[in-house]
Amino acid sequence: MTQFKMHLLVCGGTGCRASESEQLFHNLKHEIIEKGLENDVQVITTGCFGFCEKGPIVKVMPDNTFYTQVKPEDAIEIIAEHVIKGRQVTRLLYLNPETEKHVSDSKHMGFYRKQLRIALRNCGFIDPENIEEYISRDGYAALAKCLTEMTPAQVIEEMKKSGLRGRGGGGFPTGLKWDITSKSQADQKYVVCNADEGDPGAFMDRSILEGDPHSVIEAMAICGYCIGADKGVVYIRAEYPLAVERLKIAMKQASEFGLLGKDIFGTGFNFEIDIRYGAGAFVCGEETALIHSMEGLRGEPTIKPPFPSVSGYLQKPTNVNNVETFANVPVIINKGADWFASFGSEKSKGTKVFALAGKINNVGLIEVPMGTTLRDIIFEIGGGIKDGKKFKAVQTGGPSGGCLTEKHLDIQIDFDSLTAAGSMMGSGGMIVLDEDDCMVSIAKFYLDFTVEESCGKCAPCRIGNKRLNEMLEKICDGKGTMKDLDLLRNLSHVIKDTSLCGLGQTSPNPVLSTMDNFYDEYLAHIVDHKCPSGQCKALLQYVIEAENCVGCTACARNCPVNAISGERKGVHIIDQATCIKCGACLEKCKFNAVFIK
Amino acid sequence: MINIKIDNKDIQVAPGTTVLDAAKTVGINIPTLCYLHLHDFNITNKPAGCRICVVEVKGRRNLAPACATDCYEGMEVSTHNIRVLNSRKTVLELILSDHPTDCLICSKSGSCELQTLAQDMGIRQIEYQGEQSHYKEDTSPAIIRDVDKCIMCRRCEMMCNDVQTVGVLSAVNRGFMSVVAPAFEMNLDHSVCTYCGQCVAVCPTGALTEVDHTNQVIRALADPSKTVIVQTAPAVRVALGEEFGMEPGTRVTGKMVSALKNLGFDYVFDTDFAADLTIMEEGTELLGRITRHLQGDKTVKLPILTSCCPGWVNFFEHQFPEMSDIPSTARSPQQMFGAIAKTYFADKLGIKRENLVVVSIMPCLAKKYECQRDEFSTNGNPDVDFAVSTRELAHLIKQANIDFNILPEQDFDKPMGESTGAAVIFGTTGGVIEAAARTAYEIFTGKNLEKVDFKQLRGMEWIREATVDFDGTPIKIGIAHGLGNARKLLQDIKDGKSEFHAIEIMACPGGCIGGGGQPLHHGDTSILMARQKALYSEDSGKTIRKSHENPYIQALYAEFLGKPMSEKAHHLLHTHYFDKSKPAEIDE
Repeated sequence: MTQFKMHLLVCGGTGCRASESEQLFHNLKHEIIEKGLENDVQVITTGCFGFCEKGPIVKVMPDNTFYTQVKPEDAIEIIAEHVIKGRQVTRLLYLNPETEKHVSDSKHMGFYRKQLRIALRNCGFIDPENIEEYISRDGYAALAKCLTEMTPAQVIEEMKKSGLRGRGGGGFPTGLKWDITSKSQADQKYVVCNADEGDPGAFMDRSILEGDPHSVIEAMAICGYCIGADKGVVYIRAEYPLAVERLKIAMKQASEFGLLGKDIFGTGFNFEIDIRYGAGAFVCGEETALIHSMEGLRGEPTIKPPFPSVSGYLQKPTNVNNVETFANVPVIINKGADWFASFGSEKSKGTKVFALAGKINNVGLIEVPMGTTLRDIIFEIGGGIKDGKKFKAVQTGGPSGGCLTEKHLDIQIDFDSLTAAGSMMGSGGMIVLDEDDCMVSIAKFYLDFTVEESCGKCAPCRIGNKRLNEMLEKICDGKGTMKDLDLLRNLSHVIKDTSLCGLGQTSPNPVLSTMDNFYDEYLAHIVDHKCPSGQCKALLQYVIEAENCVGCTACARNCPVNAISGERKGVHIIDQATCIKCGACLEKCKFNAVFIK
Repeated sequence: MINIKIDNKDIQVAPGTTVLDAAKTVGINIPTLCYLHLHDFNITNKPAGCRICVVEVKGRRNLAPACATDCYEGMEVSTHNIRVLNSRKTVLELILSDHPTDCLICSKSGSCELQTLAQDMGIRQIEYQGEQSHYKEDTSPAIIRDVDKCIMCRRCEMMCNDVQTVGVLSAVNRGFMSVVAPAFEMNLDHSVCTYCGQCVAVCPTGALTEVDHTNQVIRALADPSKTVIVQTAPAVRVALGEEFGMEPGTRVTGKMVSALKNLGFDYVFDTDFAADLTIMEEGTELLGRITRHLQGDKTVKLPILTSCCPGWVNFFEHQFPEMSDIPSTARSPQQMFGAIAKTYFADKLGIKRENLVVVSIMPCLAKKYECQRDEFSTNGNPDVDFAVSTRELAHLIKQANIDFNILPEQDFDKPMGESTGAAVIFGTTGGVIEAAARTAYEIFTGKNLEKVDFKQLRGMEWIREATVDFDGTPIKIGIAHGLGNARKLLQDIKDGKSEFHAIEIMACPGGCIGGGGQPLHHGDTSILMARQKALYSEDSGKTIRKSHENPYIQALYAEFLGKPMSEKAHHLLHTHYFDKSKPAEIDE
């Protein structure tokens, strides 16, 4: 086996690939061969490093140098300078915005300092398409330990002790779920991996499957051993082609290594995995809907009970866990439940992966211990608000969650504290909003999503969310009334109270939490006909200040709808009825005569 | 037994009882909309989608749908506190906000369950107004889909898929635009719809209704150049009374005849006459096949399947075209009647077939399609001009200002109004094969059948099997109603597992008494049981109870047809089937 002196880890996640990291990888390889270094330096495509804001990422090992925003043409310099001469390419290092100094090592970057990567432990470290790299980092040791040293009951006990709760949103104790399914009597049981990640902005499951698919395969096999299932199915959205590809490669390799298939480790335990593709419906993240979709039926939920643990896929007992939950399993077995439970808060153990997005400096995928404060996440890891703007709110839990404000920043976030604060963990979407964001529009944004994604089965979700959305639209258009606010609140509560599945039971949360925390903004839209953050176009007016207007006609000539009239060298006027608020006049005026009212 | 409390009333119920059923036992009727339970058929639709039946369960975070929530020990339920009432009303308002408010001119007005619910809940305004969903209207030969009125109760989908296994209707689209429709929202006439009408029979609103032919009938009656005659199917006479407030199972044969005469029909005849004729043809065919089979003829196909149900004929043409040589070639009674009327009877009257209008009153919507089939017309003139449902007949009677309840009883006209008890029971599952057995027995054995009641063929079980002793020769008979059950028997035949000599199949649960054109049962299957009972009592009240003893049938053969299965009979009374398994060309 070749002993390489140096490894270049190139991020091969979807985000970095979109910024030509594949070409970068080829250029690096080409340069290495060109320079005759192929026996000393290895280039590896890894999974996501998480710091997507600054991608593509190249990490140089063993010295831990962390290059950001690397372009394909930078390959020559990296090889010539860093690899051959041993000098870091300073301009590609991360620039700490506060100190304005370059940081050479990821360990010293604010983004990584407070992170603890358990579920993402291998993402960015190993080549996801090479099983040997996974094995070299204790891969499949947990499966071996379970099969050869532990009874299913012991494994379940360990899982219970670890305190791991479902990372898909519900937060149901994983060990308990396994226990219940293991006790269902049937000739056939199934392990299902829910990879139907649907929250807007969330991509942790995709990143895990792209960066560390074997951990999910290993965990599914462990789960199968525990509950008595020899078949596993990964339900994955077809929009994740790279994840699917890497998962397939991983499954093939695992089979070749005898880690999937018949008589694993000679213990007589058989386990096979199949893939089912979803069409990308948000509701199919709900386990009964997911199971129906897997069966080829319309993806819509059915009432529980019966729970999938009793009657699930093909009416057989089925254990459904999501990707991130599974990714935690092998390491819990390897390092022990106590180790895992030493992280996190009282009722939420371990870590949680969040997809940090919005008006924040360090957009990306992060993993922190449960109990970390929002302040740490947003201002330490996230690097604060973009362009020095003021923090306004953070939306957690995706369309089912809510908006938390300044006063919530020091909450130690876990499943229960987020719910208590009027939001929820969800699958870990976290969208940061600044002073320029209109909270009514934000509520509407999420309602647009749930209206689109409702399966249509139950009336309150099908029609109610539509009506909520229409009322929000009315308010954004400046046509809302105070009565609408009462109706909005009543309808929100009724939808939560009467909807069939979790989608409808939580879809009004963005409305309620913005009404609770930003009632003034609703009032401003309705009573004053003003959008405080200037986002609602219908409530804006472009006006020409007569004093400043010199009659240059630039605005009138550039107005796409001929809303501006006025003589040359005379004062111009914008006809409000015709104006479409495109802002072209404001942009073209050189005399600061156009302003927004 | 488990102890629960509903609205502060202590109740003991068996485990597995739903809150809805538990509440009923103490006189608490929780309103429902999507829920449908056809008790005697063991058919239940409870998607828990409408959320009208929500109740508060102590300790539960959200409200629970009573129809789909099982009771548990110590459960405490409130069915009408302010939270529940507000939610229920709000949800109903939401449903109404996406529903056309053209109730005054909706064909379902007065029998619409949504309308009744809105009335019961005292909805006087709809707070939540907004966009309404719109879909294209779909008119087929028998059924109209006005999908704007669909409330996604999924009852039709359940009937079409679970009961009938036809699988035309299912939910399509998502969210606000979700609706129940054929795949790709194609029209019904491009689908494998059998027009059984069971979707129409259970639709709570005006989303699924029959094509209305009453205006054509009124126009024909007003045309002095036309002689208009009418035939009434057996199942109509035991259901029509319900439309006039009578108890289910009231026999209104005589009043119905009076009403039809008052409406202006020149002759009021009976499809039962043609049912007797069907027995002559189908029975002869059956005996022929069985006899040849018993004689060891390997080419003969058994079992023989009845062919009087047009929904069933559509079903096997779509789903089992390779087996279309198994059903009897006998036309349905409706079509036999039409064929005889436009030849034999038109000749008797001395008029051209074009000037004779044949109207049929049917419990069925597939009959509307059947009479429009090309093979049942001569030079473009159909044997049966219009098939009108029981419900449409009620409308006709009401439009003609006839007080149905006080009408005197009158007899059918001769010759095509005379029938036997055997024909009457065509209206229920098991009836056709019993009628056939009565005649076939006598012809086969040459003996007189003393006991005409074949009780072993009666009942409501989905699939029934019985062996009838033909004087030492055991004849194995199968009966299925509901197309899903028919499919099972057909699959058995296909797999070579069937041992029956003859099988009767009716598309609708209960047979024609439960047809898609009957007065709506709104989920109360005791109505169907009452109609079935009424048919058997009509049968037992008849003097002649075997089809071959009908003197007018004997005369028809003597004067016109010769003998059963004669060339003329073949031409007029038999048909052939088509392979409809290939999807129809869609020309849109």
